[in-house]
Amino acid sequence: MKIHEYQGKQLLAAEGIPVPQSTVAFSADEAHAAAVDLIAKTGSEVLVVKSQIHAGGRGKGRFKEHPDLGGVKVVKGADAVKDLAGKMLGSTLVTIQTGPEGKEVRRLLIEQGMDIKTELYVAATLDRVTGRTTIMASTEGGMEIEEVAESNPEKILKVSIDPAVGLLPFQARQLAYGLGLTGKVARKMATFIGKLAAAYQRLDCAMLEINPLVITGGGDVVALDAKTSFDDNALYRHPTIEELRDPTEEDPAELEAKKSDLSYVNLDGTIGCMVNGAGLAMATMDIIKFFGAEPANFLDVGGGATVERVTAAFKLITADPKLEGILVNIFGDIMKCDVIAEGVLAAVREVGLKVPLVVRLEGTNVEKGKAMLESSDLKIITGSSLRDAAQKIVEMAK
Amino acid sequence: MSVLVDNNTRLCVQGITGNTGAFHAKASMEYGTQVVAGVTPGKGGETFEGSTPIFNTVREALEKAEINATVIFVPPPFAADAIMEAADAGVALIVCITEGIPVEDMVKAKRYLEDHPASRLIGPNCPGIITPNQCRIGIMPGYIHKPGKIGVISRSGTLTYEAVHQLTTLGLGQTTAIGIGGDPVNGTNFVDCLALFNEDPETEGIVMIGEIGGSAEEEGAAFIKANIKKPVVGFIAGTTAPPGKRMGHAGAIISGGKGTAEAKLEALADAGVHLAETPSDIGSTMAKAIG
Repeated sequence: MKIHEYQGKQLLAAEGIPVPQSTVAFSADEAHAAAVDLIAKTGSEVLVVKSQIHAGGRGKGRFKEHPDLGGVKVVKGADAVKDLAGKMLGSTLVTIQTGPEGKEVRRLLIEQGMDIKTELYVAATLDRVTGRTTIMASTEGGMEIEEVAESNPEKILKVSIDPAVGLLPFQARQLAYGLGLTGKVARKMATFIGKLAAAYQRLDCAMLEINPLVITGGGDVVALDAKTSFDDNALYRHPTIEELRDPTEEDPAELEAKKSDLSYVNLDGTIGCMVNGAGLAMATMDIIKFFGAEPANFLDVGGGATVERVTAAFKLITADPKLEGILVNIFGDIMKCDVIAEGVLAAVREVGLKVPLVVRLEGTNVEKGKAMLESSDLKIITGSSLRDAAQKIVEMAK
Repeated sequence: MSVLVDNNTRLCVQGITGNTGAFHAKASMEYGTQVVAGVTPGKGGETFEGSTPIFNTVREALEKAEINATVIFVPPPFAADAIMEAADAGVALIVCITEGIPVEDMVKAKRYLEDHPASRLIGPNCPGIITPNQCRIGIMPGYIHKPGKIGVISRSGTLTYEAVHQLTTLGLGQTTAIGIGGDPVNGTNFVDCLALFNEDPETEGIVMIGEIGGSAEEEGAAFIKANIKKPVVGFIAGTTAPPGKRMGHAGAIISGGKGTAEAKLEALADAGVHLAETPSDIGSTMAKAIG
């Protein structure tokens, strides 16, 4: 689960990590009020207006409605903030990560301008090779870390956290001095890294990236940005984090799927698929592509393919306007094929069928299940293997 | 021959009184597996299906029922603890079926296992391990398997069944089939299983089924290139998966351009692995490869 920058900064501040003073605004008036307040507190007219969307590259991104305007802008004075907020809010920001359709900006972060001396990079994430949390640090602040890893891998410093003891102070110092920092600033950086590692673990983060982390003219170490995402499996122990979810940032069909306990991802193609098991679901998408069509979705109905789940899955798939065919591929593990066939028939009766449907079943009682589908009054085609079923649906949907 | 499990395996089921645990304990018994103990804290002294003793702790199950393997059907919040309890008792093989364990919990469990080298973990979030007609540990449908000469290793559940079914239909059968699970932090990996099958004289060919995310397939490919002479057939699921999206399995995600199907397929091809064009061709590709 992802959250907005301003929410991430609030969480970090609560963990004792220095962040700039800022306020979130949902309207131009709120933005103006926030600016007046910040100017009074800091004594500086310099403010930053930052679009809050769940995608990176906001600074370089451009608004569809205002092609000259980027998603992050430094301005002077409260009136300028209000002006800018009026343009940004409700407009669609297109960045390298949003895709060409962009994302509507509904929230802004109004932040004090900082006196930036140096921009650095620090992040905590899981290293899948070692199975441990890794802290990465780099002097190349402000750049995409993937680009740095590609062009200058030696500029990324890493330490691995032994979960038995946590991040040790010497490891934080290693990174701070490794970044070329000295004296008080190095000590502040080591403290910052220690708190970041603690927050990552305490909040069950999947990624906690501070890019850039800045050293101010006064020698303070401050998180200028925060990209925070959480381990979905651990959300049950963080109810307050679950509340930070912004449904407008998520695909409506994917949210609906979550309610029915289905694992669903919306894609661009035309062949809807319903499969049990994540690996087989991906493989089914791949074979659709192999025969020349594109999958409309990833959908895993899980182990127990009950009538309720199959019906919910059918509703999701058929709601997709670009749909031209449906492929159901169920490898009945413990479920018997006749029970699954019954579920498919009940679901089709309830939801209706406007496009061709090919069903491939495998497992116990497969002949009985197939016979039930074939003898029904519904137009359901069966496939003898995954290859056969995929070929049929791609042909029929043409 | 087989790897890791056979008819000498004495299995304990952690979470034997839960719905899933009870269902699959019974299915394993019917398959012929020696299910000699169950563990559910608070239910020690009771029995399962009239004869299998239930204990409060894994240590007790080990001492009294001489278990050498355990399977975990414990809900996600308690599953990592169940793994560590089994490791502390010294159970040789720990198979964790549970899906949805927090990553941080698995990071700790993996670290704990490093201090307990006598125990091997398979999973979590996996279908388990089976040696046809001898021992079924997990949730796979037993009847699709048949004793034979192919070792199967996979990160997936039903996609493994797909491959196993094809091998059975073609008369190749399996020595042992191992599901290593779809989580980002797991126990036994491709390299461990490849080494086991490489040393098993009855395994004539190996099927390796991977998916997007992480680099376990690339590590497997490097091992194959350096060590394995037996034919290996590979398939990677997720060629059509978009980057940045979790495809069902917690570990199946392409992030920062890493973990793509293309990179994995390239590594496997470079190691001389026979790639199955589609998931329907895994069995036939193996039939051709072993001649």
